[in-house]
Amino acid sequence: MGTTLAEKLWANHLVKKGEGGAPDLIYIDLHMCHEVTSPQAFEGLRLAGRQVRRPDLTIATEDHNTPTLDIDLPIADATSRKQVDKLRENAKEFGIRIHSLGDADQGIVHVVGPQLGLTMPGMTVVCGDSHTSTHGAFGALAFGIGTSEVEHVLATQTLPLKPFKTMAINVNGTLPKGTTAKDIILAVIAKIGTGGGAGYVLEYRGDAIRSLSMEGRMTICNMSIEAGARAGLIAPDETTFEYVKGRPHAPEGEDWDEAVEFWRTLKTDDDAEFDTEVDLNAEDLEPFITWGTNPGQGLPLSASVPNPEDFADESDRIAAKNALEYMGLTPGTPFREIPVDTVFLGSCTNGRIEDLRAAAAILQGRKKAENIRLLVVPGSARVRLQAEREGLDKVFLDFGAEWRNAGCSMCLGMNPDQLKPQERSASTSNRNFEGRQGKGGRTHLVSPLVAAATAVRGTLSSPDDLEDAPAALV
Amino acid sequence: MEKFTTHTGVGVPLRRSNVDTDQIIPAVYLKRITRTGFEDALFAAWRGDDSFVLNQPEYTHGSVLVAGPDFGTGSSREHAVWALKDYGFKVVLAPRFADIFRGNSGKQGLVTGVLSQENIELLWKLLEAEPGKEITVSLEDRTVTCGELTVPFEIDDYVRWRLMEGLDDIGLTLQDEDAITEFEATRANWRPKTLPAKTLPKEEIVAARPVQ
Ligand code: SF4
Repeated sequence: MGTTLAEKLWANHLVKKGEGGAPDLIYIDLHMCHEVTSPQAFEGLRLAGRQVRRPDLTIATEDHNTPTLDIDLPIADATSRKQVDKLRENAKEFGIRIHSLGDADQGIVHVVGPQLGLTMPGMTVVCGDSHTSTHGAFGALAFGIGTSEVEHVLATQTLPLKPFKTMAINVNGTLPKGTTAKDIILAVIAKIGTGGGAGYVLEYRGDAIRSLSMEGRMTICNMSIEAGARAGLIAPDETTFEYVKGRPHAPEGEDWDEAVEFWRTLKTDDDAEFDTEVDLNAEDLEPFITWGTNPGQGLPLSASVPNPEDFADESDRIAAKNALEYMGLTPGTPFREIPVDTVFLGSCTNGRIEDLRAAAAILQGRKKAENIRLLVVPGSARVRLQAEREGLDKVFLDFGAEWRNAGCSMCLGMNPDQLKPQERSASTSNRNFEGRQGKGGRTHLVSPLVAAATAVRGTLSSPDDLEDAPAALV
Repeated sequence: MEKFTTHTGVGVPLRRSNVDTDQIIPAVYLKRITRTGFEDALFAAWRGDDSFVLNQPEYTHGSVLVAGPDFGTGSSREHAVWALKDYGFKVVLAPRFADIFRGNSGKQGLVTGVLSQENIELLWKLLEAEPGKEITVSLEDRTVTCGELTVPFEIDDYVRWRLMEGLDDIGLTLQDEDAITEFEATRANWRPKTLPAKTLPKEEIVAARPVQ
């Protein structure tokens, strides 16, 4: 019997097979650090008198705490400043490359890795951050780890791990216009639930996935974790190679040829079996939004706020009731009639150049709705520069948006970008947990297209709701 | 991690059961960026009470905690173990521990010995009759000695071996260092390295300013 891609990647990185119930020892090709989950790990090394085994396979960036305004001034919040300073100190002491605020390569860790060409097919990638699953879009085994594990990787460049189970998510058919990768993954999570992927690596397959750009694939793999999965991945193909080629760390010359030859072997064998399979028809999809307080509580935008009484399962019923109360929503209200206060375009899910382009195409020549505050936060400083070269910043500013510096920003509100209590947002990020974007804040997860259309109309909307919407989107 | 064979120190009788990790270290202390310096956070809520055992001068420098059943239940925070260790505890003895707490302790080199409830009671009486009395914990013999009293305790074989060898998870992995080095020698050349840094040209980033 053949093997799945995830199993091949595992076998490729096996340093030592665990015996008698002991875990396998797996080699890690790339370890990314940010300021929030690394300080205790570095301190652990220091206390034990250990070194970082492979500083040349480690990289750090500042993202979670960093302000998106006034980045040339000292960080105002004392706790944030302390965490960022600590990362800088640690990077210096242990000889790790760091991209600090103000540097063109600073940005959200999951945007920076691929952008520098550090993320490639066939790798193992870890970071003390659950959305490390993003890098699986390249056909890499990429997953988040805890602080003790961060220390373990720093010291040994390996992790003791038990194998994951495998799940295929087959998405076939052509995506309808105005429907994006974000809608696919929100629909997948609504289908399998926030715990449906627990213990699994999800492999996304099918022609709807194949036809996505790398940005779209990253959006999908990014949110695998919201289905409870350890990781998500997509077999590499020409689209992947095209994206990697020419990036600063991409192999060159003969190395490139050798790499591509190997990368072409990275796919699940035809006769391989997954532990579980899930099918989804892309033709049936439409713009999706979340109405509740976990990413699994989602429905098509054309629907209405659900009635908790309609849920068959007792615990779903209670969860829905609590969620609607927190969200301040009444069952039966059409989603399209729900007014929004803040639109957040950004995060490691949808803060890449393609996302900004898609939104700008809709906002071009329009003005924001009165009630709306639109925050546009590029995923990295390079994304910002690229957008400025293309004149997207002008489009956003003319529309009435705020054009910010790069970082996690309102995705988790560790910096000053937060919702006020009861403020409602349409957000392109990945988590709508209670209080995530600010205490009492109410979040609807949406695609960049829905975010943009919502900013125009002031209520949750898709591009078809707009007069003269760009033809390519409707 | 230091090798642990035997330890002698002041025994502290903590006559409570179900000491959960929120009591060992309250959540407000989890925001810190350090791995050490949690000694002030240990049992923070109780430390304000003058009658609390650690506030008695004879017990202040204790290093062997003798607690009631179900020690370490609740949240999985590793900080609970750090706080005990930072305070100076080397050993916790109890009739029963929460699994995760025990696991975390093993990783961090804190010995958790399981004694019968009866023997815990005997130790409590001895320690209270003579505050500041020392206890000797021998991991080698799996015994606890307090004055004339010597009683056995239980600990997982694998954890005991690791503690006696002074091996944490990282230490254990480092025993396979040769295998890691060998594996590294087989990695293809084109696999990316972060150093020396390769990047696109340097560019100025303009700071966004608040909109009025
Ligand atoms: S953008 Fe949000 S999800 Fe992504 S790394 Fe930052 S905080 Fe985490």
